[in-house]
Amino acid sequence: MNSFSDSLARALQLIFTPDPTLAEIVLRSLAISGTACALACGFGIALGAWLGVARMRGRAAVLALLNTALAVPSVVVGLVVYLLLSRSGPLGFLGWLFSFPAMVFAQSLLVLPVAAALTRQVVEDADVQHGEQLASMGAGPLLRSLLLAWDERYALLTVLIACFGRAISEVGAVMIVGGNIDGFTRVMTTAIALETSKGDLPLALGLGLVLLSVVLGLNAVVVVLRRWRLSRGDAGLPSAAVAS
Amino acid sequence: MSGVLRLQGVDVTFGRMTALHGIDLRIEAGERVALIGANGSGKSTLLRVLHGLVTPRRGTVLRDSGAGQAMVFQRPFMLRTSAMNNVALALWLRGMRWREARERALLALGRVGLGEAALRNARVLSGGQQQRLALARAWALQPRVLLLDEPTASLDPHAKREVESLMAEFALAGMTMVFASHNLGQVKRLATRVVYLEQGRVLADAPVDQFFDRVRLPVLSREADLFVKGEIA
Repeated sequence: MNSFSDSLARALQLIFTPDPTLAEIVLRSLAISGTACALACGFGIALGAWLGVARMRGRAAVLALLNTALAVPSVVVGLVVYLLLSRSGPLGFLGWLFSFPAMVFAQSLLVLPVAAALTRQVVEDADVQHGEQLASMGAGPLLRSLLLAWDERYALLTVLIACFGRAISEVGAVMIVGGNIDGFTRVMTTAIALETSKGDLPLALGLGLVLLSVVLGLNAVVVVLRRWRLSRGDAGLPSAAVAS
Repeated sequence: MSGVLRLQGVDVTFGRMTALHGIDLRIEAGERVALIGANGSGKSTLLRVLHGLVTPRRGTVLRDSGAGQAMVFQRPFMLRTSAMNNVALALWLRGMRWREARERALLALGRVGLGEAALRNARVLSGGQQQRLALARAWALQPRVLLLDEPTASLDPHAKREVESLMAEFALAGMTMVFASHNLGQVKRLATRVVYLEQGRVLADAPVDQFFDRVRLPVLSREADLFVKGEIA
């Protein structure tokens, strides 16, 4: 217990004392996960919105695959990306292995199913409730999916946060494709794993606390946004509930 | 084709349930047709068939190609944006340029007395205002046929009167209207013709004065008798 409290005290000291190494790792983590999240959400939200509205043959199979992809371990994604990017792999010519783009690529693949599956659910629920009215105005499936995704933008903000949380907290994929190279591909999670194995618990704990703070900060932003919406009376409630 | 809308032998099924059986209906320009009947009688399904939102399993639906249509729902869906944008969107979906659509949206909002709410978020408007907004959205499209699915069912008496008065104004302007309603007073005030549905079948189709003068109506059914007396909804 003493060891934990000592480590915690030193970890807090590290956080509140400017440390270029720690700052560099934190900023790199944010950059990689932020970029991966932006890429995956851009594509995943569009795909999910379309799947929420489209009714085509094989849809059930696509949804089953998508939901299965939610449970794929990050190390498996890392392994697949490693094989793709390795010198003899189909994308080896890019020369991305053990670099920033490789880590972004791996995290994007990891986060994409999360963005698509959660968006699909949000948009499908909205389509069941309101899709008919949009269709009655002449909106086809593609326009309907875009309009409903835009209308559910506050709900999709939560999807975005969930995706970022998944990206920044994973360790397996970035460890495999990034290699945890000091000053180059080391991120918070890989640094935590390394420092723990080396026995430098204060630094590991400090990084863990920073990681938690980042996610906490993002959740705080969502809470503030939600309160702001509620204060404007725009709770996303059905029309009848708003009317009084 | 005679009439702006014509249904011939229309059957609609949802899974094993048959919602409409062999519906024959012809609606002439300028008519104001009230669809009445108890819950589950097929009124809403019939409106959806007329608007092309439900495809019949059997039968044909003929629409006058020159007659634009719009539909207003019991609980209108408004996007989380301004009242003006909600109206403009409907016009944009019909191919109008966005700038022109917004200009026409403002006119439509003024028409229903919502000019001052043009820039307000449509979701924060009251139920009555949202229904007027839905009417503005429909009116902006300048349809010849307006379909309304229980447009005043979830409104308070004041909002009901406002919506009803707008419907009356649209009717005076010559718009063909088909509306579902449980409110027999409203049917008497607005309709020129009444279609009574029971379990997906048209049991009576008569001019409004004849319909409510029950002596001239054939004996329908016990349910129809109770419905007209206001004992079931």
